[in-house]
Formats: sequence, structure tokens, C-alpha cells
Amino acid sequence: MSFSVTEPSRLQKSVAGALVVIYALVTIMPLAWIIATGFKSPNDAIAYPPKVVFEPTLEGYVNLFTTRTRMSPDALEEIGPPETWYDKIVRQYDMVISGPSRYGERFLNSVIIGFGSTFLSVFLGTLAAYAFSRFKVPLKDDLMFFILSTRMMPPIAVAIPIFLMFRQLGLSDTHLGMILLYTAVNLSLSVWLLKGFIDEIPVEYEEAALIDGYTRFQAFYKVVLPQATTGIASTAIFCLIFAWNEYAFAVLLTSGTAQTAPPFIPTIIGVGKDWPAVAAGTTLFLVPVMVFTILLRKHLLRGITFGAVRK
Amino acid sequence: MTDETTSRSPAVAPAGFARKYRGLSDRAVAWLFIGPSIFLLLAINIFPLIWTIRLSLTNYRANRTNADVDWVGLRNYERILTDPDIWNSMQATAHFLIWTLVLQVLIGFGLAYLINKKFKGNDLWTTIIVLPMMLSPAVVGNFWTFLYQPQIGLFNYVVAFLSGVDPSSFSMIGDVNLAPWAIVIVDTWMWTPFVMLICLAGLRSIPDSIYEAAECDRASRWRQFWTITVPMTLPFLMLAVLFRGIENFKMFDLVVQLTGGGPGSITELTSINLKREAFEKWRTGYASAYAVILFVTVFGLASIYVKALNKVKER
Amino acid sequence: MKSIGLASVAAASLAVAFSGSAKAEDLTLCWASWDPANALVELSKDFEAESGHSMSFEFVPWPNFADRMLNELNSGGKLCDLMIGDSQWIGGSAENGHYVKLNDFFDAEGIKMDDFIDATVTGYSEWPKNTPNYWALPAFGDVVGWTYRKDWFERPELQAEFKEKYGRDLGVPATFAELKDIAEFFQEREIDGNTVYGASIYTERGSEGITMGAMDVLYSFGFKYENPEKAYDMEGFVNGPGAVAGLEYYKELYECCTPPGSSNGYMSEGIDAFKSGQVALQMNFAFTWPGFESDANVGNGKTGYFVNPAGPDGEQFAQLGGQGISVVSYSDKQDAALEYIKWFAQPDVQAKWWEMGGFSCLKAVTLAPDFPQSQPYAQTFLDSMAIVKDFWAEPSYATLLQDTQKRFHDYVVAGNGTAQEALDGLVRDWTETFEDDGKL
Repeated sequence: MSFSVTEPSRLQKSVAGALVVIYALVTIMPLAWIIATGFKSPNDAIAYPPKVVFEPTLEGYVNLFTTRTRMSPDALEEIGPPETWYDKIVRQYDMVISGPSRYGERFLNSVIIGFGSTFLSVFLGTLAAYAFSRFKVPLKDDLMFFILSTRMMPPIAVAIPIFLMFRQLGLSDTHLGMILLYTAVNLSLSVWLLKGFIDEIPVEYEEAALIDGYTRFQAFYKVVLPQATTGIASTAIFCLIFAWNEYAFAVLLTSGTAQTAPPFIPTIIGVGKDWPAVAAGTTLFLVPVMVFTILLRKHLLRGITFGAVRK
Repeated sequence: MTDETTSRSPAVAPAGFARKYRGLSDRAVAWLFIGPSIFLLLAINIFPLIWTIRLSLTNYRANRTNADVDWVGLRNYERILTDPDIWNSMQATAHFLIWTLVLQVLIGFGLAYLINKKFKGNDLWTTIIVLPMMLSPAVVGNFWTFLYQPQIGLFNYVVAFLSGVDPSSFSMIGDVNLAPWAIVIVDTWMWTPFVMLICLAGLRSIPDSIYEAAECDRASRWRQFWTITVPMTLPFLMLAVLFRGIENFKMFDLVVQLTGGGPGSITELTSINLKREAFEKWRTGYASAYAVILFVTVFGLASIYVKALNKVKER
Repeated sequence: MKSIGLASVAAASLAVAFSGSAKAEDLTLCWASWDPANALVELSKDFEAESGHSMSFEFVPWPNFADRMLNELNSGGKLCDLMIGDSQWIGGSAENGHYVKLNDFFDAEGIKMDDFIDATVTGYSEWPKNTPNYWALPAFGDVVGWTYRKDWFERPELQAEFKEKYGRDLGVPATFAELKDIAEFFQEREIDGNTVYGASIYTERGSEGITMGAMDVLYSFGFKYENPEKAYDMEGFVNGPGAVAGLEYYKELYECCTPPGSSNGYMSEGIDAFKSGQVALQMNFAFTWPGFESDANVGNGKTGYFVNPAGPDGEQFAQLGGQGISVVSYSDKQDAALEYIKWFAQPDVQAKWWEMGGFSCLKAVTLAPDFPQSQPYAQTFLDSMAIVKDFWAEPSYATLLQDTQKRFHDYVVAGNGTAQEALDGLVRDWTETFEDDGKL
């Protein structure tokens, strides 16, 4: 039947395929449900039995981005009828939009702190990885293990002295403080990954360059770096995903100014169980990561295991 | 130009005076490149660790900046090791750790095995399976509280649909017996793809020639599986277990959002307990001792495990 | 006409008073994110107009409020200029220097604490308790009370059935025993085609929910925090027979008469349960009451309110809620912040505050003759505020609270051990904390 002994039979393939598809569908259901909830009205969201078919509305998204106040019927009369589509949605509940919510700011903070720390950790990581890869650094293995072991501490444990340190230095609730912290945490990942990528770049190119009269620095810059761009890109994306999703440090070390989205999203629920708004906030926050996952799927394994597994 | 052989050790620049004429020496470059990273790591990881150890020997409270701080020696450690709450959270963590590892290994390996059959479109489905692990664990914990709600949640409804049980009769996160399983289920949902990816890499690394040789020797599929597939994937599996183990020992955000440590303290993992001591009760000295104990535990266990892993790799 | 006249005179005089202040500042006020906060945003527009300062607000929902704000205060953060902090934070904030002491300011501006309800001054402003040291202006009065479905209670067939079963009329319970009867009566009953349940009570583990709920009941059963004659002497008072009976009652009520899935509920879960018609009785803070009046499902006379019932020995207390407004000592804009407090303390501002849904603590407002009729819940609010008791406001309040949360949730919801063991354990926990503090 099959042409090679190791090639699975058609039957095996179909069965395997079916099982995997079933698992994929089951596993994507919670996620799909949350995305759908973002488009339901609050009553539909908490309906029982759970509504699979519903009338979509942007109420969740409107609530996500605005703060509203309830007004008495008289006050509402004075203000007059609602004008825009979002005013109309809010007016259904005798409420009026009183300003933007903090979600936009928090999302932006996630972007700033995420990209800032990613840039820094990839920059420093590339330099360090190059040095570890090419030079005879004393205690190299120990240093590499030390770098890896920094990931073994529970973040809460690390947060205790960092909290005190930041308080002393005035870095509490600042973008700079969080960027430095995330950079330090991501360094372990980026050094290990980039060393793996750089190890794979043949040494011959640099040696040729050196012999041609380039300095070490120039050899690094002109020869190695261009060849490492895919590795750098993969590393960058993994560092970004960590900084993007991080919660423990964010909830303990940030407040009004530098708070990122993960500590904020659970509080969107407000007093009255506004699940569509929470779902909307969650969905928007997932979008960048989902895009990256799809773009990045070939490099997934490397990144997640610190380059320990090669393709 | 020149015909360098590949047996040259990496990056040894030509010796002697020529080096100095090529800009910064290699040593300078090495230090320049490594320096900032090591500095940052020392500042944010090592210095705080030393500070934590020092704090653990005092009765400092971070919310009482005006109060006196006394040296108490090892008393915090003593109290921690005799505190039943601490042992309770160790138990909760152990239960979580063991069951998530078992489930993720079984399901992850199974999935990898099936995906390795290379059916049509497996790229697409693999990407879909991988999505959950890229999300923020805190946000995942939060939306799973919605899914687990007894009367309006999807989870209860699906279970009711499949088994006929009344959906409002059980509450995954409200029942003392079910809550530990609730957190295991969510973590498994999130991280099985991770184990799957590693196992897949392992399966793909087994050369076809070995299977072909086994076929020639007329070994059955079953036998091939147990004598070739499993042993050769074992190092990868152990690596996955190492990473997941370390992560789940530190687990905080997912569980704190999902159950808050409750009901009672049945799902209060060590990190959650630590957070309560340090940032709600503000017993900083006590919490520091706790943190040191946790770090030593995970470091010790990981070191032993890595030694075992290296042995398996060498086989 | 008269009120408009007064308002313009007030505005004019305020404008004159404020014309002396320096530059226009942007003040940030931190509070919990709930309906009263939205009302305060509206109210503060008057302050902005009169003083020229602009107000920003940082609101955090209750379950995260204490964590986030205490963290903020402990890190010396400058986010908040004004803080409407929970009543129990007073001890810690006073002793650790988070709040500005307001005695001199009150004296200079003629703000008298006698003008405010006594219980609120003690509860929200004073530290140490019962001494004239003020760290906050009472801003929002709150207390735990109960709502009930008056429309269900008025149904003749239910009244008849209840009378037959219990030998008395279906009405507002005077004791906790009566309350349990009513809750059992409604548990899993079919009303209008839906299954309803008896009562919604506080069971939240994370912040303070189950403590507030259980204490609300325990006080009336004879629970005391300490020996009235000897501070911090807790044995026999925290874990006396009355307290044990009270905690057992709370557990029985949780198990017999609450909706499924109420293992971690606090204020918003209670609101939901009541508004969606799931329960006949609801334990909740008074701030929730205005929201019910305007609700489509339970408004317009369907909701009734009653004071916390009495315990078996006739003692009757209610758990104090509410907050005072303070100036954060790390703020750079303390002068402007104090202006806000001065503005807020005025009688007509307080009167407007009550109208907008804020529970004013000013005697002039609450003891006005037309107050009880101003809202259906006003009388219940007054009666409840007369019988309040509060949790520890010590500097280590957070530790004491977490100990209580754990012990109560472990017993009531998770079903571990007995009530006696839980309370004995609590005495041990609290003793350890007070010893650490040097108070014992």
C-alpha cells in the first residue's frame, strides 16, 4: 500500500488528522467564545443557556473605551437626544459618556514598555551572545548557567527587593523602571537564543574579514549581524511576547502612570459585570500576539525552549 | 582567499602585535559586549537576591518605613518551616505540578505523534493548537472565570450537554474538590501545545533509517514504538518537563486570576501565598525568608534534574 | 427659588474665598470605581468651576482597590493628591505617614467634627480611635443592610403558605432566626416561571468580602474584638460561645439558602443576584440601594429595605462601611487638595451630594426633617448608621483582615474544621500579629 515503510498509511493519516482536528476545534472554542462575547450585549453575555446565535453589537467595545455616568431623566432631557451611534448605545441605559477610559493608555503603556524592553534586551543580548559565541570567556559555562538560573526565581520573590529598590530610586510606576526590569528578565532568553543562532553562522566569514583588515567590531557589524537578522527577529518577538503578557511585576510595581494592560483588563468588569467589555479588552490585547504567532510559527520551537531544541 | 580548514577553533584572532592594530583588542570587545548584560543582571537579579537574604534575617515591614528594624536571625526560617499554611501551599503546588505535567506529557506526546503522521493541512491545525500558549496567563485566568461560571458558563454547559448533569449543580471554582482540577485543566489547555512542539521536534529528529532497519528486522509497530520512538524522544520530553516544571512551580498569574487561591486555601500555590505575605500583610522579612526557601528548592530540584537529563542525552 | 438664591450666594462667596489661591492645579482623586464615584465626578464640576483647579480621577474596582492603593501609598507614589480610602486604612496611614493630619486645617477653616455623624467621625477620621486626631473628612457613609423583594412578600398565596408553616406573618425579619426561615422558604421556589433562591450573602475570598459579611452577623451574636476593659485581650471575646454560634449560623445560611456558584461573591455579585431576580433577600452595603430604585427589574417599589436583624440575645449591630477623604502626604499639591476638602465640607455641597446618590455624613443633611422621606431607603440608612461597628483599623489591619478572610472562608465555604477551631485559630493569628507589633 505505502511506498516507504516509514510513510504512514492513508488510513493512519486520516485518523490522525481527524483526531488532531477535533482537538484543535475543542481547544479553540474557549478563545472563540471570548471573542464572540466581545460582540454581545451584557444580557446576552450572561444568558442561560449560553447563546451561540446572538445579535452582535459594539456595546462591549464602546464600554471598553469610555467612562459613563448615569443621569436622572430630567438631566437627560436637558442634554437632548443622542447624536452619534455610540451615544445611542450608551443612552439605552440612561447613561452619558463622560470621557475616555484608561484602556487606551494601558494598551499604549504595554506597547512602550514591551517594545522598549525588547529592543534593549535584543541589543544587549546580541552583543553578549556574540561574545560568548566567539571568544574564550572565562567561566563561560558557569556564566551561561547563571544567566539561565535567573529565570528560576518566582517573580513575586524577585519583586520584593525590586519594590524596595524602585521605591528608593524613584523608579516605582515609571516606564523606565519597567523597561529595565523586563530587559533584565528577558536577557536570559535573548542571550541563550542568540548564542544558538550566532553559533550557526560560520566563523570563516569573520576570519576572512579580519584578515582583510576589519576590526573585530567592524566584522561583527558588517559580517555577522546581517546574517543573524532572522535569529534576531525571532528572539525579538519572543521577548516581546513575554513583556506583553507579563502580569506579576506589572501589578506590583505599576500604578496610574505605567500600568500595562494585563493588570488592568480584569478590572474592566467594573461594578456591574460588564463581561462584553472585558472580552473586548481581552480580544484587542490578544490580536498582536496572535498575529505574531501566525507569522512566526516556523521559529516557535526555538524561541520557547531557549534554543535548546534545534529544528 | 586563503584555504582555511574548518578545524580552526572559532574566532581566535591572529596573535601578536597585529591584534593591537585592529582597533579594540578582542578582550576589550568581549568585555564591552558582555559587560552591560552582566551588569544589568547583577543589578536586577543578584543584588536583590542578596538584599532578600539580608531582609530575611530581619523583621522589616515595607509599609512601616518609620518603625525600628530588628535583627531576628533565623527565626523567620523557623516559623516558615513550622507553619502549616506554608505546607498547605506546598501541597497545593505539588498537586498542581504533578497533574499538569502528567496530563501535558500524555496529551502533548499523543498530539505530536499524530501530527507527525503528516496529514494534509497539519500546518494550519498546528498553528491553531499553538495559539493558547501565546496568551497572557493573567488574562486567560480572568476569562476562564467567566467560562467556569456555574449557570452561565460555557464549560458547565458543555459538560451538561455531554453527560446530562445539571449545569448549575457543580461549580468548578467554587467547590473545594473541583477547584484544584479547574486550574489543572486551564493550565493544560494553555501549555499542552508547548510539550507537543518539543515532542514533535524530537519525533522529527529520529532518522527514518532506524525505522527502516527495524522493519527489516521484522519488529512490530508496537515494538518499534517502545524501543525506538519513546527512548529517542525521551530527552526532548524531559526537557519539556523541565521547562514546564520550573514555570509551574513559579505559577502565579493564571491561578490568582482564576481562583484567587480559593475556595479556602485549596489552590493557594506558593507564589500566591508569598504575594499575600509580602504585599498584603507586608511582612517583608518573613516573606523574604520564604522567597529564599523557594528559590533554593527550585534551584536544587532543577540542578538534580538537569544532571539526570544530561545523562539521558548522552545515552 | 430659595435654593437657587442660596447657591448663587454660596458660589459668589466661594469665588471670593478662592480668588486668593495661587495657580490652577490638576488634582487627582483616587477612589473605588462604583456609582458614587461617578456621582462625585459630576459633583466636582462645581469645584472646578469655582476654584479654577481641574480634577482627574483614578478609580479602581473594589476587589482590586485596597491592593492597588495600599501598594501606591506604601511606595510613596504621587499619583493621588486626594484619597478616599477605606475606613480601616486610617491606622496604617496615620502611623506610617501616608495621610496629612487635618486638625490644624479644620480649626483654621472652622470645620467642626461635631457637625458630622459621630459614628462616621470615629470610624472614618480618628486615629487613635476616640481621640481628637483627625486624618480624614467623613465623605461617604455606608453600612451593611438588607434588601428584600417587597413585591414577592406581598403575594397573598405566599403569605398564606408562610403563615401556615411558621405561624407568623411574612414580613421584615426582626431576628436572624427569622431571616433564615424566610430564606429557607424561598430557596428553590418557583416564582413566575423561574427558580429563585433565599439570600445572597458575602463570601468573597480575595479582598474583604467574607469578613464584612460574617462580621455583620457575628456582632449581633455577641462577637467582640477584645475585652472592653483590656485592649487586645481577645480570648473569650473573639471565640466565645456567641461568636461560635454566629459563625455556624453564617455557614448554615450559606449552605441552605444561597444560589449555586456563590462561593466568591461580594458587592457586585450581590447586586447581580438581586437585580436578576435570583434571590428574595440580599445582604449588601447601602451604596447599592439607589441603583435598585432605578432598576427596570426591581425598581419602583418592588424593593424593600431593612436594618440588620438582631441576634438571639437581642444585640443588634451592623458592619460599618464608608470612607473619609484625606490628603496624601506625598502629594505636591496639598494646598489645592485642602481647598477641595474645604469645599466638600460645606452644607449645601453635602446636600447636593446626597441628592446625587452620595451618602453624606453631615448631620445637617441626615437629621433634616425631610430626610427620611427623601428616599425609600433613607430611614433604613439612618437606623443602620446608629448601630454600626467596625473592623480593626490598626496599622496591621491588612494582616488581621487576611487572617480573618482565610479562617472564615476555610470554614464557611471550604468546610474545613469547626467554627470553634476557626475562631480559636483566628485568636492565635491575631495574637501573633499584635505581638509582632509590640502591642501585646
